[in-house]
Amino acid sequence: MLYKTIPIKRIKISVIDLGIILFLFAFIYGIVSTAKGWRESPGYALNISLSFSNLPYYAWLSLLRQFFAYILSLNFSIIYGYIASHNKGLEPFMISLLDILQSVPVLSFMPGVILGLIVLFPYGRVGVELGSIILIFTGQVWNMAFSVYGSMSSIPREFNEAANVFNLTSFQKFLYVELPYSTIGLVWNSMMSVAGGWFFLMACEMFTLGKRDFRLPGLGSYLQLAAIRGDTRAMLVGLGVMVVIIIVIDQLVWRPLIAWAQKFKVELSSEEVVPRSMIFTILQRSTITHLVGGTLENFWEKISKKFPSRIYTSSRGKASSITRVIMIGLFGLVIVYGCFRLSIIISNIPISRWGEILLSDFLSFLRVSTAVLLSILWTLPLGVYIGMNPRLSAVMQPLVQIFASIPATAIFPIILMWLVNLKGGLSVASILLMLLGTQWYLLFNIIAGAMSIPAELKEASYIFGLKGMDKWRKLIIPAVLPQLVTGAITATGGAWNASIVSEYVHFRGTTLSVKGLGAMISSSADKGDFGVLAASTIVMIITVTIINRFFWRRLYWLSEEHHSL
Amino acid sequence: MAIIETKNLTVIFDMPNNTRITVLEDISFTLEEGEFVAILGPSGAGKSTLLRATAGLITPTHGEVLYRGKLVEGVNLGVSMVFQSAALFPWLTVLENVELGLKAKGISPKERREKAIQIIDLIGLDGFESAYPKELSGGMRQRVGFARALVVEPEVLLMDEPFSELDILTAENLRNDLIDLWIEHKIPTKSILLITHSIEEAVYLADRIIILDKNPGRIKQEIYVDLPHWRDRDDEAFTRFVDRIYGIMMGKALVTKPIRPERYTTPFPHVRVGAIAGFIELLSDLVDTRVDIYKVAEDLQMDVADIQPVIEAAELLKFIDTTGGDIIITEEGKIFAEADVLEKKQIFKKLLLSHVPFIQQILQVLNNKSNHRMPVEFFIELLETKFSESEAHDQMEIAIDWGRYAELFAYDEDSKEIYLEEEIVES
Repeated sequence: MLYKTIPIKRIKISVIDLGIILFLFAFIYGIVSTAKGWRESPGYALNISLSFSNLPYYAWLSLLRQFFAYILSLNFSIIYGYIASHNKGLEPFMISLLDILQSVPVLSFMPGVILGLIVLFPYGRVGVELGSIILIFTGQVWNMAFSVYGSMSSIPREFNEAANVFNLTSFQKFLYVELPYSTIGLVWNSMMSVAGGWFFLMACEMFTLGKRDFRLPGLGSYLQLAAIRGDTRAMLVGLGVMVVIIIVIDQLVWRPLIAWAQKFKVELSSEEVVPRSMIFTILQRSTITHLVGGTLENFWEKISKKFPSRIYTSSRGKASSITRVIMIGLFGLVIVYGCFRLSIIISNIPISRWGEILLSDFLSFLRVSTAVLLSILWTLPLGVYIGMNPRLSAVMQPLVQIFASIPATAIFPIILMWLVNLKGGLSVASILLMLLGTQWYLLFNIIAGAMSIPAELKEASYIFGLKGMDKWRKLIIPAVLPQLVTGAITATGGAWNASIVSEYVHFRGTTLSVKGLGAMISSSADKGDFGVLAASTIVMIITVTIINRFFWRRLYWLSEEHHSL
Repeated sequence: MAIIETKNLTVIFDMPNNTRITVLEDISFTLEEGEFVAILGPSGAGKSTLLRATAGLITPTHGEVLYRGKLVEGVNLGVSMVFQSAALFPWLTVLENVELGLKAKGISPKERREKAIQIIDLIGLDGFESAYPKELSGGMRQRVGFARALVVEPEVLLMDEPFSELDILTAENLRNDLIDLWIEHKIPTKSILLITHSIEEAVYLADRIIILDKNPGRIKQEIYVDLPHWRDRDDEAFTRFVDRIYGIMMGKALVTKPIRPERYTTPFPHVRVGAIAGFIELLSDLVDTRVDIYKVAEDLQMDVADIQPVIEAAELLKFIDTTGGDIIITEEGKIFAEADVLEKKQIFKKLLLSHVPFIQQILQVLNNKSNHRMPVEFFIELLETKFSESEAHDQMEIAIDWGRYAELFAYDEDSKEIYLEEEIVES
């Protein structure tokens, strides 16, 4: 009996399907009508209105920018990750390049990106719009690319062998093995990336470059303008809209995606808690999704046949020496040229200015350290408490996730209102912003670490009467230390990035700033002083790298080696 | 007529620490049409590497693989493979997993589905077509692995220990189904090549068994199993085969193997002291003086793959003697089994010092140092001249375990140093 267990395709259109169709129509109309605006209004000195009636439109525009930036990031990261994991000659270069790019703060990309695009698209808003999208992209893409690379280069050996024995074409292998294997990591990193996009939304929609003042209509510029004018009501309402959008996206996009991604899990055991999503279940039952899915599958299959069957040669293959030499040569040339140009720009900076940059670096370092230390101080006890109470963590984790997804930059102006009149108020506010932006990484990781303490260890410490400090020293700290360090690495990087938006602020018609490396970067970008911008960016990259390599990584190895469970 | 032929196959892996490990050395064999061949060997004999070289997944360092007389470059198109872990793609349903190989061949969707459903029915997966692998038991998963390999109708079916991760009953059930498909010609497969470490499995299934030796992997002997199917494990002829192969695998008689005079060339079997002690005690309870290795494995309800390193370790220390397939407990072994904890340590120490040169060397180095301490890295580097990096670490771990038990030296995990304890130094 053939076909007997294959379900007959349902062609019944239900209310859900109707909803999906309407949603798609609305979305397409939205994009088309928005694109019209790009050609009309100029990209700078645009009037942003603080009237509430504009908010939905602004929110839509910001959302669209995030969406396009994300699509760009997704494609880029898959292509980059694929090439890096498949080309042994390019791999080391591509990965170290990624490592460097990842630690370049978003704002340092700004002048190059914006000026370049304005030259390419001199009319209308297109150039600036594209620039803004690319800026958001530079904040999203690197960790996604890392994730794809990491997944694709760690595909279980037998999966690769099965694909090769069955002689899958390279495209089939990508479609049926490599991409599915990368999906879970990609979804989680996408979530993080988009959250990062919201964090820098304000900086990406409204900025000055030399004498030119760029403003794009959007939620980010709305919030920033509200801050500059000191309009508290507008700030709060804008923030509210942002939080609502983030929660809605979380429910409509990320939860369903995570639930869907479970099917790509490789561990074959059935799990204790499976992420679920109402929306996902609804979509799964809809006819449209099945139809679209089927059509896509046929389409991909036709494409995949076009690719030649790759006769696989050796699992221990190395890039041939000629391509390797050419690659190294080309890459070397680019680096040499870049360094040469950079050194010209930087060599114009007077020594006194260098001293200032290094002092700023030290001051920012103090702020970052304070912020991370304070974060650890409060997240460690709370995270351990939540993590060791399973019932509590089930309730708290989604809550913490929502808190974490509110971009601290949007709350920042409100904090600033309270602190601006105090002596050293901006410095305190700056530390607070770093704290707000980065404490969540720590909290998440500590909760996860505490949850992973085996029940037997907890029981044993109970039996031996381990209490108070002893319990912390002997059980808790060793158990959560690796996770704590992982969180702290991300938090430190995030705090440095936050220094850029927190040490130099346009607020109530004036520009506030404290001495710091972040302020150095922001102000030099503002003024179009590329030499200082490049120099302070390099100093920041070096500082972050040194702290990671010589402090956090060491601590991590130490904790892994001695206390891994 | 030979379907697959390997000629002087040698595979050498370059390790990251610049050592080269010879995994396979000079392997020549043929796989004839209509033959079911098992390749049998202890772990580390390069069985899987041999299979992968045959499939064209690994390019041999020297020698060649021929498929129907033609040199195999790249993937061998005449073969299909069943993996140890089934290696099913968890994101594809049973049907999609089975269809994958056909997709690669560019077969139309309709024909693809027909073929897939057919093989799924044949292999007993009827009703599970739309299930995902995680919904299936281990046995069912491996059935999908078989279906996926068979649906492309390969001339040769390669199997990489396909039953070793299944429980006893499931494995036996699947073995019988495979034999049924094979001897009744229900599948167009012309030859089967099976990798296994289980002697019984090889004798039960194969027409011919190729026994590999380890370090490096070489063909030790070939044996034709001329028993008719279905074979009976309790049959005397069957047991004789199993016994004989045990003897060959355990025996040190490989004439061509050069005797190397260097120190510490004998690797430590990966066995902790506790396992050796437990084994000797059990053994002395089980038997008087002389016993069949096969019987010991059976009585202890252990697989030969698990028990073999323990036997090797016990033999290295001369607790037992296994010349010619039988285990004889030595005098020391008997005393050891009866001794109390402290006496045991004494005996172990004595044997360790007289039979394991590497331990002697460690002591010598420590005694020559004024503070009697030495970083463990030093010894690992010594071992790395003979073993791969990870193997060297494993070897060191075992050496430390044995040395600690014998109270010959101590090890400080924090400073990563091996040292002599005060009392030892004084005495």
